[in-house]
Amino acid sequence: MKKIIALVLTLVLALSLASCGNTFDPAEKSEGVMTYAEYAAAELDTEVVIEAYVQATQSWWDNKITVYAADPDGAYFIYEMACSEADSKKLTEGTKIKVTGTKGAWEGEVEIMDATFEFVGAADHTYVATAFDATSIAGDEDALLAHQNELVTFKGATVEAISFKNDGGDDIYLTAKVGNTTIDFCVEKYLTGPETEVYKAVEALEVGDVIDIECFLYWYKGANPHVVGVTAK
Amino acid sequence: MKKLLILLIITSLSLLTLSSCHGTPGLTPFECPEVFDESEEIEITFWAKNDTNLNQVAVYKQAIADFEALYPNIKVKLTLYTDYGRIYSDVITNISTGTTPNVCITYPDHIATYKSGGNIVVPLDDLIDNEKWGLGGTELKFDSPTRSEMIPEFLSEGVIDGEQYALPFMRSTEVCYVNKTYVEALGFELPETLTWDFVFEVSEAAMAKNEDGTYKVNGQTTLIPFIYKSTDNMMIQMLEQKGAGYSTEDGGIEIFNDTTEGILKEIAEHASSRSFSTFKISGYPANYLNAGQCIFAVDSTAGATWMGSDAPLVDIAEDTIVEFETAVMTVPQYDTENPRMISQGPSVCIFNKQSENEVLASWLFTQFLLTDSVQIGYATTEGYVPVTKQAQSTDEYRDYLSREGEDNDFYYDVKLKATKLLIENTENTFVTHVFNGSASLRNAAGQLIENTTKSIRRGETVDDSYFDRLYSEMTSLYHLGGVGGHYTETVGELPAGAVALIISLCAIWLLIGIYYLYGLLKKLKYRDKP
Repeated sequence: MKKIIALVLTLVLALSLASCGNTFDPAEKSEGVMTYAEYAAAELDTEVVIEAYVQATQSWWDNKITVYAADPDGAYFIYEMACSEADSKKLTEGTKIKVTGTKGAWEGEVEIMDATFEFVGAADHTYVATAFDATSIAGDEDALLAHQNELVTFKGATVEAISFKNDGGDDIYLTAKVGNTTIDFCVEKYLTGPETEVYKAVEALEVGDVIDIECFLYWYKGANPHVVGVTAK
Repeated sequence: MKKLLILLIITSLSLLTLSSCHGTPGLTPFECPEVFDESEEIEITFWAKNDTNLNQVAVYKQAIADFEALYPNIKVKLTLYTDYGRIYSDVITNISTGTTPNVCITYPDHIATYKSGGNIVVPLDDLIDNEKWGLGGTELKFDSPTRSEMIPEFLSEGVIDGEQYALPFMRSTEVCYVNKTYVEALGFELPETLTWDFVFEVSEAAMAKNEDGTYKVNGQTTLIPFIYKSTDNMMIQMLEQKGAGYSTEDGGIEIFNDTTEGILKEIAEHASSRSFSTFKISGYPANYLNAGQCIFAVDSTAGATWMGSDAPLVDIAEDTIVEFETAVMTVPQYDTENPRMISQGPSVCIFNKQSENEVLASWLFTQFLLTDSVQIGYATTEGYVPVTKQAQSTDEYRDYLSREGEDNDFYYDVKLKATKLLIENTENTFVTHVFNGSASLRNAAGQLIENTTKSIRRGETVDDSYFDRLYSEMTSLYHLGGVGGHYTETVGELPAGAVALIISLCAIWLLIGIYYLYGLLKKLKYRDKP
């Protein structure tokens, strides 16, 4: 009997150890890859190598794709990364990629440009960021900058204006007041096009509506978040 | 008899299948019908480009409404783009699925690629000269310009391989929007014609800083004295001004030469000091110009309403706009006695369809875009010039030109100066040769400048070996290295369905052949019997 108990305990221990070896830490980086802090500290126009998880992508075209990515410590905007159409379909939410490119700034948006990538990590080791509530720092540009490109929410925003870049079907410019600060949001058609729920929801908004906005904190001469969700209050 | 009948049926079916396989969507060359059937309800799709300018959208919509009122059986569905590259990409995708638009605003360079598919784009010569439906035709319900009323230089830009495939819609060129206030503050006086030397010299002088790290000229921490929007145009114009090779008429690639290298070395020098940058690397020239962070902003005349302290269209916070005097000048030149500048702007092409009536409807709408109201309406939204003598000579247009600066909206002085600059320099404009692959060559021209600028900013060594590598990379990336330096990219692999169809057709023909031979041999065998 003792032998059996000992055998069972040994097996349980072995199994536990095996599963321990598979513990998934989304913040873990491979050899030679920058931490988010290192990436943030890197000079502009220098090469960066990061690992992050796809949060969303804009539509693929011309063998390139723009990716919103994040790890538990921060977020990245990867502009027009070289990508085949077949690979673009595998860039689903949570997928881990290793990206090599150059850190640049375009109209204030810090991004990775001229990037290439490879898929890394186990397929089930995914990570999806939780939105950071930026409502209280809406009026503090420096504080917002610290969260650039992250998925954030602004709660209780009042719609001030809605217009289209060109016409229905194109980008929607949503101006909303958060606290005492007016922020220009954008429903980017290549991220959330006219067929998406969020596009239809924003299209139907009226001035004065109070909403919660979920968005990637994109920058264009100031905060210009790309909207991915709105909820009417 | 029965066998012969079966053979005939099989042959006919095969021929039908083969004919539908000719050209991607199975189209035969368009022939203009004698009569336009107005009882047929037709919907045509119009892919249009605008400059993120809602006034232009309004002109398109009004044009469509006016046209539909004249031809109630035609409905025009508008799709808007703000980027020629996206139009090009979408058209290429839709050619393979047989879902091209009917009418499309595009560049002649792009049409050269579209038409390589065969019967995809409608040649316009016969349509233009058609007595009933051609330019100035007798059956038109609107006052269309005649061929002789088109500006000949602009019309000829739509000729590809000796045939007219595009009509010009609007024309523009590039100009340099200059912060004259800062140029003078730096101790310089603007010459009558800008030169590259002058622009680079002033730009370098502007890089002087105060002890606190701000730039002396603007007191700010940000300054890029010289920003170029379209670096493909920059390279093309520099080569043209130097009389250096770019391409031959038949598509020979000449851009990878010593003059190009000399130009890139000069650009590298100023990219190194950060006195020069590009739109792709740093952002919109207008934003920097208006914030007092740029002195020489080169952009299209079609971007004039965004330029200057009082620009009617702005994309930056009002409190960041700086007061300065804006001079509108030709792009910098190497030879001021012989100024050369690119002619650009939207052209229109028509895609072939199964229904001749539908194509004729597309042609009618295309012509309608040349009527005075559309031409003047659209040209006045930006620094565009109408492409018809008819529109240019109307009292309405002449009055418009005479009222420069009356307000900061419709008569915005920078916009009108840009327009007049093109009108006065029409004979100094040029276009590059159009051929299958010219769009790729254009991309490579811009990329040479972008890559050199980026490499310098990234601390890479830019020397002779760098340019060898760069040329090689561009040649490969843009398929520019065929025999004798010709474009070599194929239209692309056939879809699996098409491959299967071709294989089955071959098999059918083989079976027909075997069956026929078998019959023949059998016949001979019987004949040989005594």
